[in-house]
Amino acid sequence: MKAKGWRDLPPGSVVLEGGSAVKFKTGSWRAYRPIWKEENCIQCLFCWIYCPDMSVKVKDGKREEFDYDYCKGCGICALECPGKKGQKAIEMVEEGK
Amino acid sequence: MAKVVAVTGNEACANALRQVNPDVCGIYPITPQTDMMQRFASYIADGKVDTEPILVESEHSSMSACIGAAAAGGRVITATSAQGLALMWEMLFIASGDRLPIVMPVVNRALSAPLNIHGDHSDAMGARDSGWIQLWSENGQEAYDNTIQAFRIAEHMDIRLPVMVCLDGFIISHSIERLEYLEDQQVKDFVGPFKNFLPLLDIAKPKSYGPLILTDMYHEYKRAQHEVMTKVQDVVLDVAKDFEKMSGRKYGIFEPYRLEDADIAIVILNSAAGTTKDVIDEFRDKGIKAGLLKPRLFRPFPYTEIADALKHTKAVCVMDRADSFGGYGPLFMEVSSALYQTDKRPAMINKIYGLGGRDYMPSHAAQVLTELNEIAKSGSVKTIKEYIGVRE
Repeated sequence: MKAKGWRDLPPGSVVLEGGSAVKFKTGSWRAYRPIWKEENCIQCLFCWIYCPDMSVKVKDGKREEFDYDYCKGCGICALECPGKKGQKAIEMVEEGK
Repeated sequence: MAKVVAVTGNEACANALRQVNPDVCGIYPITPQTDMMQRFASYIADGKVDTEPILVESEHSSMSACIGAAAAGGRVITATSAQGLALMWEMLFIASGDRLPIVMPVVNRALSAPLNIHGDHSDAMGARDSGWIQLWSENGQEAYDNTIQAFRIAEHMDIRLPVMVCLDGFIISHSIERLEYLEDQQVKDFVGPFKNFLPLLDIAKPKSYGPLILTDMYHEYKRAQHEVMTKVQDVVLDVAKDFEKMSGRKYGIFEPYRLEDADIAIVILNSAAGTTKDVIDEFRDKGIKAGLLKPRLFRPFPYTEIADALKHTKAVCVMDRADSFGGYGPLFMEVSSALYQTDKRPAMINKIYGLGGRDYMPSHAAQVLTELNEIAKSGSVKTIKEYIGVRE
């Protein structure tokens, strides 16, 4: 796609399209990657509540895999995760390792 | 029929704002503007306008509230002075960058320190690069007329930029002068109904104001903003033409006074221009061809037109009621930049006068004109920048 020139821009740096943030994939900002360990998950959905983005996918009241297109690796989900019998269901792993 | 009244500059601006009847007003007091917004608040309390007042805890919040209201889709005003304008500084750039047509009378006052409440131009000159259109006013009548015209300029569909209307603190804001008021209906018809452009409250078309735009696009957005400023001058002149038809009062982008055949000229903003015109008449009576140029549109600055109006003179003094410490006065910088592009140009000097409300006397104008007359004869400038009316 050809980048827009200054004559093509809407006045006032207003983004005219609703929900356009979905097009901006921010997953590449991540330095640490959350790994979901289903065997330790009690489906409390704390991770879904606490995620500052919308990177914890939930279907029919149960959590599914992370949405790595948008997860920036902040680690809040891993911190809040109560886990099962002292074993966390979310672990942060350094990207590229 | 025009109504002739005796009012202060603040009262006149407040009345212009009443006649326009804006949707939202950010209100925070600061001397010497306080009295303008206090009067406007009375109009709100008395049901004379439908304006929603937003009483805030600082000027930063006032401008923020105005930005929100203007983005939502309202006709929005506020007013300020000095420290208040300085505190608004970062928000000023957001109002212009978002292309929001906010109208704001600025009652010019000196900046601290030392603390001073009186008239000088340091406040508005500090906002010079904020992307706001600036109109300057010699007296109460011009402040009233500029305030009304400001709405048409700001809200023009090709412009959509915020406008400051500058008037001198106390000298104009608190002095009673003879003014002609337009009829309420005339003003209403002149400004017309507010036309929305990309309002946030149009919920059927969701949009975002103020996104993060980095190295890939920011440069392009600023280029586009510069382009809009190049269209402002024509709109200002068109609006002035319509205003003249209605009021009989003529406005341009600057006012030349006995300038056409002048050998020497003073360039000066706002109230001090009146005093200077009187002294120019005295010099003319003595056979000295003196003239004056009073800028009205300071941003965008009409470089070519001002250069054309001054290039035939032999010596020009640009007088600044603000200093750029370690630099020339801000108005001098503009006028000398303008004249540099001409083949033949006058010798130029810069005088700093009237800071913190120090009286500008006819003797000061006479002193400058006498010096200019000598420079015109000798062609040599001794000191480029000097303070006048200062105790040694």
